[in-house]
Amino acid sequence: MEHLELFFKSIFIDNMVFATFLGMCSYLAVSKKVSTAVGLGVAVIFVLAITVPMNWLLDQYILKEGALVWLGPEYADYDLSFLSFIMFIATIATMVQLVEIVVEKFSPSLYNSLGIFLPLIAVNCAILGGSLFMQSREIASLGLAFNYGISSGIGWFLAILAIAAIREKIRYSNVPAPLRGLGITFIITGLMAIGFMSFGGMLTGEDEATEDSSAAEIETSINDSINISESSDIEENTIKDTNAL
Amino acid sequence: MGLLSKKDTKLITDPLADNNPITIQVLGICSALAITAQLKASIVMAVSVIFVLGLGNVVISLIRNIMPSKIRIIVQLTVVAALVILVDLVLKAFAYELSKELSVFVGLIITNCIIMGRFEAFALGNGPWRSFLDGIGNALGYGVILIVVGFFRELLGSGTLLGYRVLGDPIEKTGLYAFGYENNGFMLLSPMALIVVGLIIWVQRSRNTSLIED
Repeated sequence: MEHLELFFKSIFIDNMVFATFLGMCSYLAVSKKVSTAVGLGVAVIFVLAITVPMNWLLDQYILKEGALVWLGPEYADYDLSFLSFIMFIATIATMVQLVEIVVEKFSPSLYNSLGIFLPLIAVNCAILGGSLFMQSREIASLGLAFNYGISSGIGWFLAILAIAAIREKIRYSNVPAPLRGLGITFIITGLMAIGFMSFGGMLTGEDEATEDSSAAEIETSINDSINISESSDIEENTIKDTNAL
Repeated sequence: MGLLSKKDTKLITDPLADNNPITIQVLGICSALAITAQLKASIVMAVSVIFVLGLGNVVISLIRNIMPSKIRIIVQLTVVAALVILVDLVLKAFAYELSKELSVFVGLIITNCIIMGRFEAFALGNGPWRSFLDGIGNALGYGVILIVVGFFRELLGSGTLLGYRVLGDPIEKTGLYAFGYENNGFMLLSPMALIVVGLIIWVQRSRNTSLIED
Protein backbone atom coordinates (compact mmCIF):
# COMPACT_ATOMS: atom_id res chain seq x y z
CA MET A 1 0.00 0.00 0.00
CA GLU A 2 2.76 2.33 1.02
CA HIS A 3 4.59 1.43 -2.18
CA LEU A 4 1.55 1.96 -4.36
CA GLU A 5 0.87 5.33 -2.78
CA LEU A 6 4.44 6.53 -3.26
CA PHE A 7 4.36 5.22 -6.83
CA PHE A 8 1.32 7.21 -7.90
CA LYS A 9 2.29 10.22 -5.83
CA SER A 10 5.67 10.50 -7.52
CA ILE A 11 4.27 10.03 -11.00
CA PHE A 12 1.29 12.34 -10.87
CA ILE A 13 1.18 14.60 -7.84
CA ASP A 14 4.85 15.38 -7.36
CA ASN A 15 5.67 15.05 -11.03
CA MET A 16 9.27 16.13 -11.46
CA VAL A 17 8.64 18.42 -14.39
CA PHE A 18 5.27 19.90 -13.53
CA ALA A 19 5.47 20.26 -9.78
CA THR A 20 9.14 20.91 -9.14
CA PHE A 21 10.55 21.92 -12.55
CA LEU A 22 13.36 19.40 -12.40
CA GLY A 23 15.15 18.49 -15.58
CA MET A 24 13.63 21.39 -17.44
CA CYS A 25 16.71 22.05 -19.56
CA SER A 26 16.83 18.67 -21.23
CA TYR A 27 13.03 18.58 -21.19
CA LEU A 28 12.97 21.67 -23.39
CA ALA A 29 16.02 20.86 -25.47
CA VAL A 30 15.29 17.23 -26.37
CA SER A 31 11.53 17.35 -26.83
CA LYS A 32 11.43 18.27 -30.50
CA LYS A 33 10.89 14.68 -31.66
CA VAL A 34 9.03 11.86 -29.95
CA SER A 35 11.68 9.26 -30.73
CA THR A 36 14.54 11.14 -29.07
CA ALA A 37 12.27 12.10 -26.19
CA VAL A 38 11.52 8.42 -25.57
CA GLY A 39 15.25 7.61 -25.62
CA LEU A 40 16.08 10.26 -23.06
CA GLY A 41 13.05 9.40 -20.94
CA VAL A 42 14.02 5.73 -20.73
CA ALA A 43 17.59 6.69 -19.86
CA VAL A 44 16.33 8.92 -17.05
CA ILE A 45 14.18 6.14 -15.57
CA PHE A 46 17.14 3.78 -15.80
CA VAL A 47 19.62 6.11 -14.12
CA LEU A 48 17.18 7.28 -11.44
CA ALA A 49 16.37 3.68 -10.55
CA ILE A 50 20.08 3.08 -9.93
CA THR A 51 21.24 6.33 -8.35
CA VAL A 52 18.41 6.94 -5.89
CA PRO A 53 18.90 3.64 -4.01
CA MET A 54 22.69 4.10 -4.19
CA ASN A 55 22.44 7.52 -2.66
CA TRP A 56 19.95 6.24 -0.12
CA LEU A 57 22.55 3.75 1.09
CA LEU A 58 25.17 6.48 1.09
CA ASP A 59 22.93 8.79 3.07
CA GLN A 60 21.86 6.13 5.52
CA TYR A 61 25.26 4.62 6.28
CA ILE A 62 27.71 7.48 5.81
CA LEU A 63 26.23 10.95 5.63
CA LYS A 64 23.32 11.15 8.04
CA GLU A 65 23.80 12.31 11.60
CA GLY A 66 24.87 9.27 13.58
CA ALA A 67 25.04 7.12 10.46
CA LEU A 68 28.65 6.16 11.06
CA VAL A 69 27.75 4.33 14.23
CA TRP A 70 28.32 0.98 12.51
CA LEU A 71 32.04 1.79 12.65
CA GLY A 72 31.92 1.91 16.41
CA PRO A 73 30.19 3.87 19.15
CA GLU A 74 32.78 6.67 19.11
CA TYR A 75 31.58 7.71 15.66
CA ALA A 76 28.00 8.30 16.76
CA ASP A 77 28.31 12.10 16.87
CA TYR A 78 29.49 12.62 13.32
CA ASP A 79 27.15 14.45 10.98
CA LEU A 80 28.48 14.55 7.45
CA SER A 81 25.27 15.68 5.80
CA PHE A 82 26.91 18.91 4.62
CA LEU A 83 28.87 16.71 2.23
CA SER A 84 25.77 15.26 0.65
CA PHE A 85 25.78 17.47 -2.46
CA ILE A 86 29.30 16.53 -3.42
CA MET A 87 28.86 12.85 -2.55
CA PHE A 88 25.57 12.56 -4.42
CA ILE A 89 26.87 14.22 -7.55
CA ALA A 90 30.03 12.12 -7.48
CA THR A 91 27.96 8.96 -7.14
CA ILE A 92 25.73 10.04 -9.99
CA ALA A 93 28.62 10.93 -12.29
CA THR A 94 30.42 7.65 -11.62
CA MET A 95 27.26 5.56 -11.85
CA VAL A 96 26.40 7.14 -15.18
CA GLN A 97 29.88 6.39 -16.46
CA LEU A 98 29.66 2.83 -15.13
CA VAL A 99 26.23 2.26 -16.63
CA GLU A 100 27.53 3.52 -19.94
CA ILE A 101 30.45 1.07 -19.89
CA VAL A 102 28.32 -1.89 -18.80
CA VAL A 103 25.57 -1.21 -21.32
CA GLU A 104 28.11 -0.79 -24.09
CA LYS A 105 29.66 -4.17 -23.23
CA PHE A 106 26.52 -6.23 -22.81
CA SER A 107 23.90 -4.64 -25.00
CA PRO A 108 25.24 -2.72 -27.97
CA SER A 109 21.74 -2.16 -29.36
CA LEU A 110 20.56 -0.56 -26.13
CA TYR A 111 23.78 1.42 -26.06
CA ASN A 112 23.09 2.74 -29.53
CA SER A 113 19.70 4.01 -28.53
CA LEU A 114 20.60 5.30 -25.06
CA GLY A 115 24.27 6.01 -25.59
CA ILE A 116 24.24 9.63 -26.61
CA PHE A 117 21.89 10.54 -23.78
CA LEU A 118 23.86 9.04 -20.94
CA PRO A 119 26.55 11.74 -20.64
CA LEU A 120 23.78 14.35 -20.81
CA ILE A 121 22.15 12.76 -17.85
CA ALA A 122 24.95 13.33 -15.36
CA VAL A 123 24.06 16.99 -15.38
CA ASN A 124 20.30 16.54 -15.55
CA CYS A 125 18.76 18.25 -12.56
CA ALA A 126 16.12 15.53 -12.35
CA ILE A 127 18.74 12.98 -11.32
CA LEU A 128 20.32 15.01 -8.55
CA GLY A 129 16.89 16.33 -7.63
CA GLY A 130 15.64 12.78 -7.19
CA SER A 131 18.40 12.06 -4.70
CA LEU A 132 17.98 15.35 -2.85
CA PHE A 133 14.22 14.93 -2.56
CA MET A 134 14.78 11.36 -1.42
CA GLN A 135 16.95 12.80 1.34
CA SER A 136 14.67 15.67 2.33
CA ARG A 137 11.49 13.56 2.27
CA GLU A 138 13.19 10.98 4.46
CA ILE A 139 12.26 7.95 2.40
CA ALA A 140 12.19 5.13 4.90
CA SER A 141 13.62 2.02 3.26
CA LEU A 142 15.77 0.85 0.37
CA GLY A 143 12.74 -0.63 -1.37
CA LEU A 144 10.87 2.65 -1.16
CA ALA A 145 13.92 4.52 -2.45
CA PHE A 146 14.06 2.21 -5.47
CA ASN A 147 10.34 2.69 -5.98
CA TYR A 148 10.74 6.46 -5.69
CA GLY A 149 13.54 6.47 -8.26
CA ILE A 150 11.58 4.45 -10.80
CA SER A 151 8.27 6.21 -10.34
CA SER A 152 9.65 9.73 -10.49
CA GLY A 153 11.55 8.63 -13.60
CA ILE A 154 8.29 7.43 -15.12
CA GLY A 155 6.71 10.77 -14.27
CA TRP A 156 9.50 12.58 -16.09
CA PHE A 157 9.19 10.19 -19.02
CA LEU A 158 5.45 10.86 -19.30
CA ALA A 159 6.02 14.60 -19.23
CA ILE A 160 8.65 14.65 -21.96
CA LEU A 161 6.64 12.21 -24.09
CA ALA A 162 3.56 14.41 -23.85
CA ILE A 163 5.34 17.65 -24.69
CA ALA A 164 7.21 16.04 -27.59
CA ALA A 165 3.97 14.79 -29.09
CA ILE A 166 2.39 18.21 -28.71
CA ARG A 167 5.41 19.94 -30.23
CA GLU A 168 5.35 17.64 -33.24
CA LYS A 169 1.73 18.63 -33.89
CA ILE A 170 2.11 22.29 -33.10
CA ARG A 171 4.63 22.74 -35.86
CA TYR A 172 1.69 22.87 -38.27
CA SER A 173 -0.28 25.40 -36.27
CA ASN A 174 -0.35 29.10 -36.72
CA VAL A 175 1.44 30.29 -33.59
CA PRO A 176 2.23 34.03 -33.30
CA ALA A 177 5.77 34.44 -34.61
CA PRO A 178 7.48 35.67 -31.41
CA LEU A 179 6.02 32.75 -29.47
CA ARG A 180 7.20 30.10 -31.89
CA GLY A 181 9.51 27.45 -30.50
CA LEU A 182 10.47 28.15 -26.93
CA GLY A 183 7.72 30.57 -25.93
CA ILE A 184 4.79 28.37 -26.81
CA THR A 185 6.52 25.37 -25.25
CA PHE A 186 6.75 27.22 -21.95
CA ILE A 187 3.11 28.18 -22.04
CA ILE A 188 1.95 24.68 -22.98
CA THR A 189 4.05 23.24 -20.18
CA GLY A 190 2.40 25.70 -17.82
CA LEU A 191 -1.04 24.60 -18.96
CA MET A 192 -0.09 20.94 -18.62
CA ALA A 193 1.19 21.68 -15.13
CA ILE A 194 -2.18 23.21 -14.25
CA GLY A 195 -3.79 20.04 -15.56
CA PHE A 196 -1.50 17.88 -13.45
CA MET A 197 -2.39 19.91 -10.38
CA SER A 198 -5.82 18.34 -10.53
CA PHE A 199 -4.21 15.06 -9.50
CA GLY A 200 -3.43 16.79 -6.21
CA GLY A 201 -6.65 15.61 -4.63
CA MET A 202 -6.01 12.00 -5.55
CA LEU A 203 -4.24 10.79 -2.42
CA THR A 204 -5.37 13.17 0.29
CA GLY A 205 -7.12 10.39 2.20
CA GLU A 206 -3.96 9.16 4.00
CA ASP A 207 -4.06 5.71 5.59
CA GLU A 208 -6.99 6.02 7.98
CA ALA A 209 -9.51 7.30 5.44
CA THR A 210 -12.14 4.84 4.24
CA GLU A 211 -13.29 4.51 0.68
CA ASP A 212 -16.65 6.25 1.00
CA SER A 213 -15.35 9.30 2.81
CA SER A 214 -12.51 9.86 0.40
CA ALA A 215 -14.65 11.62 -2.20
CA ALA A 216 -15.88 14.14 0.32
CA GLU A 217 -12.37 14.66 1.56
CA ILE A 218 -11.09 15.40 -1.90
CA GLU A 219 -13.80 17.96 -2.30
CA THR A 220 -13.01 19.68 0.96
CA SER A 221 -9.30 19.59 0.27
CA ILE A 222 -9.86 21.30 -3.07
CA ASN A 223 -11.96 23.93 -1.34
CA ASP A 224 -9.27 24.31 1.29
CA SER A 225 -6.58 24.80 -1.26
CA ILE A 226 -8.64 27.43 -3.05
CA ASN A 227 -9.27 29.24 0.21
CA ILE A 228 -5.62 29.11 1.12
CA SER A 229 -4.47 30.41 -2.20
CA GLU A 230 -6.93 33.27 -1.97
CA SER A 231 -5.82 34.31 1.46
CA SER A 232 -2.89 36.63 1.67
CA ASP A 233 -0.80 34.45 3.91
CA ILE A 234 2.05 34.25 1.47
CA GLU A 235 4.59 32.37 3.53
CA GLU A 236 2.46 29.33 4.13
CA ASN A 237 1.33 29.42 0.57
CA THR A 238 4.66 29.46 -1.10
CA ILE A 239 6.01 26.74 1.11
CA LYS A 240 2.99 24.66 0.24
CA ASP A 241 3.19 25.38 -3.45
CA THR A 242 6.85 25.20 -4.17
CA ASN A 243 7.63 22.19 -2.09
CA ALA A 244 4.32 20.37 -2.12
CA LEU A 245 6.03 17.87 0.11
CA MET B 1 35.54 52.33 -18.56
CA GLY B 2 39.23 51.91 -18.03
CA LEU B 3 39.06 48.55 -16.40
CA LEU B 4 36.92 46.91 -19.03
CA SER B 5 37.64 47.02 -22.73
CA LYS B 6 34.72 47.20 -25.13
CA LYS B 7 34.86 43.46 -25.74
CA ASP B 8 34.81 42.78 -22.02
CA THR B 9 31.81 45.03 -21.45
CA LYS B 10 30.00 43.07 -24.14
CA LEU B 11 30.64 39.88 -22.17
CA ILE B 12 28.59 41.30 -19.34
CA THR B 13 25.86 43.14 -21.22
CA ASP B 14 25.11 40.56 -23.90
CA PRO B 15 23.61 37.93 -21.61
CA LEU B 16 21.38 40.54 -20.02
CA ALA B 17 19.23 40.87 -23.10
CA ASP B 18 19.90 39.42 -26.52
CA ASN B 19 21.80 36.37 -25.40
CA ASN B 20 19.96 35.81 -22.15
CA PRO B 21 20.71 32.38 -20.70
CA ILE B 22 17.10 31.63 -19.80
CA THR B 23 15.08 33.05 -22.64
CA ILE B 24 17.52 32.53 -25.51
CA GLN B 25 20.05 29.86 -24.59
CA VAL B 26 17.42 27.84 -22.64
CA LEU B 27 19.83 27.11 -19.81
CA GLY B 28 19.26 27.01 -16.09
CA ILE B 29 15.51 26.78 -16.02
CA CYS B 30 15.52 23.79 -13.72
CA SER B 31 16.28 25.34 -10.40
CA ALA B 32 14.98 28.76 -11.34
CA LEU B 33 11.25 28.56 -11.66
CA ALA B 34 10.18 26.81 -8.53
CA ILE B 35 11.47 29.45 -6.15
CA THR B 36 10.12 32.56 -7.86
CA ALA B 37 6.83 32.82 -5.96
CA GLN B 38 8.54 35.39 -3.73
CA LEU B 39 10.85 38.19 -4.70
CA LYS B 40 13.18 37.61 -1.75
CA ALA B 41 13.84 33.99 -2.63
CA SER B 42 14.46 34.98 -6.25
CA ILE B 43 17.04 37.56 -5.22
CA VAL B 44 18.86 35.15 -2.94
CA MET B 45 18.90 32.53 -5.66
CA ALA B 46 20.22 35.08 -8.18
CA VAL B 47 23.01 36.17 -5.83
CA SER B 48 23.97 32.57 -5.11
CA VAL B 49 24.21 31.77 -8.79
CA ILE B 50 26.26 34.92 -9.47
CA PHE B 51 28.71 33.83 -6.78
CA VAL B 52 28.93 30.21 -7.93
CA LEU B 53 29.16 30.94 -11.63
CA GLY B 54 31.65 33.81 -11.30
CA LEU B 55 34.04 31.89 -9.10
CA GLY B 56 33.46 28.55 -10.81
CA ASN B 57 34.30 30.01 -14.19
CA VAL B 58 37.57 31.40 -12.80
CA VAL B 59 38.55 28.07 -11.23
CA ILE B 60 37.76 26.06 -14.34
CA SER B 61 39.57 28.57 -16.50
CA LEU B 62 42.66 28.35 -14.26
CA ILE B 63 42.82 24.56 -14.36
CA ARG B 64 41.66 24.13 -17.95
CA ASN B 65 45.12 23.28 -19.25
CA ILE B 66 46.02 20.67 -16.64
CA MET B 67 42.63 18.98 -16.60
CA PRO B 68 42.34 15.81 -18.72
CA SER B 69 39.35 16.29 -20.96
CA LYS B 70 38.02 12.80 -20.34
CA ILE B 71 37.19 13.40 -16.71
CA ARG B 72 36.34 17.06 -17.06
CA ILE B 73 32.66 16.64 -16.27
CA ILE B 74 33.43 15.07 -12.92
CA VAL B 75 36.03 17.75 -12.18
CA GLN B 76 33.57 20.49 -13.08
CA LEU B 77 30.84 18.95 -10.96
CA THR B 78 33.21 18.73 -8.01
CA VAL B 79 34.20 22.38 -8.32
CA VAL B 80 30.57 23.50 -8.50
CA ALA B 81 29.53 21.20 -5.70
CA ALA B 82 32.22 22.64 -3.44
CA LEU B 83 31.08 26.19 -4.18
CA VAL B 84 27.43 25.29 -3.68
CA ILE B 85 28.20 23.71 -0.32
CA LEU B 86 29.72 27.05 0.68
CA VAL B 87 26.57 28.89 -0.40
CA ASP B 88 24.37 26.38 1.40
CA LEU B 89 26.29 26.64 4.66
CA VAL B 90 26.30 30.44 4.53
CA LEU B 91 22.54 30.46 3.92
CA LYS B 92 21.96 28.02 6.76
CA ALA B 93 24.03 30.17 9.08
CA PHE B 94 22.65 33.61 8.25
CA ALA B 95 19.22 33.03 6.69
CA TYR B 96 17.92 29.78 8.07
CA GLU B 97 14.24 30.41 7.26
CA LEU B 98 15.07 31.21 3.69
CA SER B 99 17.29 28.20 3.28
CA LYS B 100 14.43 26.00 4.52
CA GLU B 101 12.20 27.59 1.94
CA LEU B 102 14.65 27.07 -0.90
CA SER B 103 15.06 23.48 0.36
CA VAL B 104 16.71 21.29 -2.25
CA PHE B 105 16.89 24.03 -4.83
CA VAL B 106 20.13 25.40 -3.43
CA GLY B 107 21.66 21.98 -4.03
CA LEU B 108 20.24 21.95 -7.50
CA ILE B 109 22.45 24.89 -8.45
CA ILE B 110 25.06 22.16 -9.00
CA THR B 111 23.18 20.74 -11.92
CA ASN B 112 21.96 24.10 -13.11
CA CYS B 113 22.72 23.73 -16.80
CA ILE B 114 23.73 27.37 -16.99
CA ILE B 115 26.82 26.57 -14.96
CA MET B 116 27.96 23.52 -16.91
CA GLY B 117 26.96 25.29 -20.10
CA ARG B 118 29.21 28.29 -19.41
CA PHE B 119 32.07 26.07 -18.26
CA GLU B 120 31.92 24.10 -21.47
CA ALA B 121 31.23 26.98 -23.79
CA PHE B 122 33.47 29.64 -22.31
CA ALA B 123 35.72 28.87 -19.37
CA LEU B 124 37.43 25.94 -21.11
CA GLY B 125 38.70 28.24 -23.85
CA ASN B 126 39.34 31.59 -22.23
CA GLY B 127 41.50 33.21 -19.58
CA PRO B 128 40.40 33.69 -15.97
CA TRP B 129 39.49 37.40 -16.16
CA ARG B 130 37.31 37.07 -19.22
CA SER B 131 35.75 33.90 -17.83
CA PHE B 132 34.96 35.77 -14.65
CA LEU B 133 33.20 38.51 -16.60
CA ASP B 134 31.33 35.96 -18.68
CA GLY B 135 30.23 34.14 -15.54
CA ILE B 136 29.05 37.32 -13.87
CA GLY B 137 27.26 38.46 -17.02
CA ASN B 138 25.40 35.21 -17.56
CA ALA B 139 24.49 34.88 -13.92
CA LEU B 140 23.17 38.45 -14.01
CA GLY B 141 21.09 37.64 -17.07
CA TYR B 142 19.70 34.67 -15.21
CA GLY B 143 19.10 36.78 -12.12
CA VAL B 144 17.25 39.47 -14.06
CA ILE B 145 14.69 36.98 -15.36
CA LEU B 146 14.34 35.44 -11.92
CA ILE B 147 13.74 38.82 -10.33
CA VAL B 148 11.25 39.92 -12.98
CA VAL B 149 9.28 36.69 -12.59
CA GLY B 150 9.49 36.89 -8.79
CA PHE B 151 8.37 40.53 -8.87
CA PHE B 152 5.22 39.86 -10.87
CA ARG B 153 4.32 36.66 -9.08
CA GLU B 154 4.62 38.18 -5.64
CA LEU B 155 2.96 41.47 -6.60
CA LEU B 156 -0.03 39.91 -8.37
CA GLY B 157 -0.21 36.79 -6.26
CA SER B 158 -0.13 38.22 -2.78
CA GLY B 159 0.00 41.98 -3.22
CA THR B 160 3.33 42.27 -1.44
CA LEU B 161 6.92 42.98 -2.44
CA LEU B 162 9.68 41.56 -0.26
CA GLY B 163 6.95 41.00 2.31
CA TYR B 164 5.74 44.64 2.40
CA ARG B 165 2.10 45.26 1.52
CA VAL B 166 2.44 47.66 -1.39
CA LEU B 167 -1.14 47.44 -2.60
CA GLY B 168 -2.82 48.02 0.74
CA ASP B 169 -4.29 45.62 3.25
CA PRO B 170 -6.58 42.94 1.77
CA ILE B 171 -8.35 42.28 5.06
CA GLU B 172 -9.06 45.87 6.11
CA LYS B 173 -9.76 46.85 2.49
CA THR B 174 -7.35 49.73 2.18
CA GLY B 175 -5.43 50.93 -0.87
CA LEU B 176 -6.35 49.15 -4.10
CA TYR B 177 -8.47 46.63 -2.23
CA ALA B 178 -10.94 49.39 -1.37
CA PHE B 179 -11.89 49.41 -5.07
CA GLY B 180 -12.63 45.71 -5.10
CA TYR B 181 -9.19 44.51 -6.25
CA GLU B 182 -8.43 40.90 -5.39
CA ASN B 183 -5.16 39.03 -5.16
CA ASN B 184 -4.75 36.41 -7.84
CA GLY B 185 -3.74 33.41 -5.76
CA PHE B 186 -3.15 31.49 -8.95
CA MET B 187 0.07 33.42 -9.52
CA LEU B 188 1.59 31.70 -6.51
CA LEU B 189 1.11 28.23 -7.96
CA SER B 190 4.05 26.76 -9.77
CA PRO B 191 2.57 26.53 -13.32
CA MET B 192 2.31 30.31 -13.50
CA ALA B 193 6.09 30.64 -13.37
CA LEU B 194 6.26 28.86 -16.71
CA ILE B 195 3.56 31.01 -18.21
CA VAL B 196 5.19 34.23 -16.97
CA VAL B 197 8.50 33.17 -18.53
CA GLY B 198 6.62 32.35 -21.73
CA LEU B 199 5.18 35.85 -21.75
CA ILE B 200 8.62 37.39 -21.13
CA ILE B 201 9.92 35.46 -24.14
CA TRP B 202 6.99 36.74 -26.15
CA VAL B 203 7.68 40.36 -25.22
CA GLN B 204 11.40 40.01 -25.84
CA ARG B 205 11.00 38.44 -29.24
CA SER B 206 8.36 40.91 -30.35
CA ARG B 207 10.79 43.71 -29.60
CA ASN B 208 13.72 42.03 -31.30
CA THR B 209 12.40 40.09 -34.26
CA SER B 210 15.81 38.64 -35.17
CA LEU B 211 15.44 36.25 -32.23
CA ILE B 212 12.37 34.53 -33.63
CA GLU B 213 12.79 30.80 -34.29
CA ASP B 214 11.10 29.17 -37.23
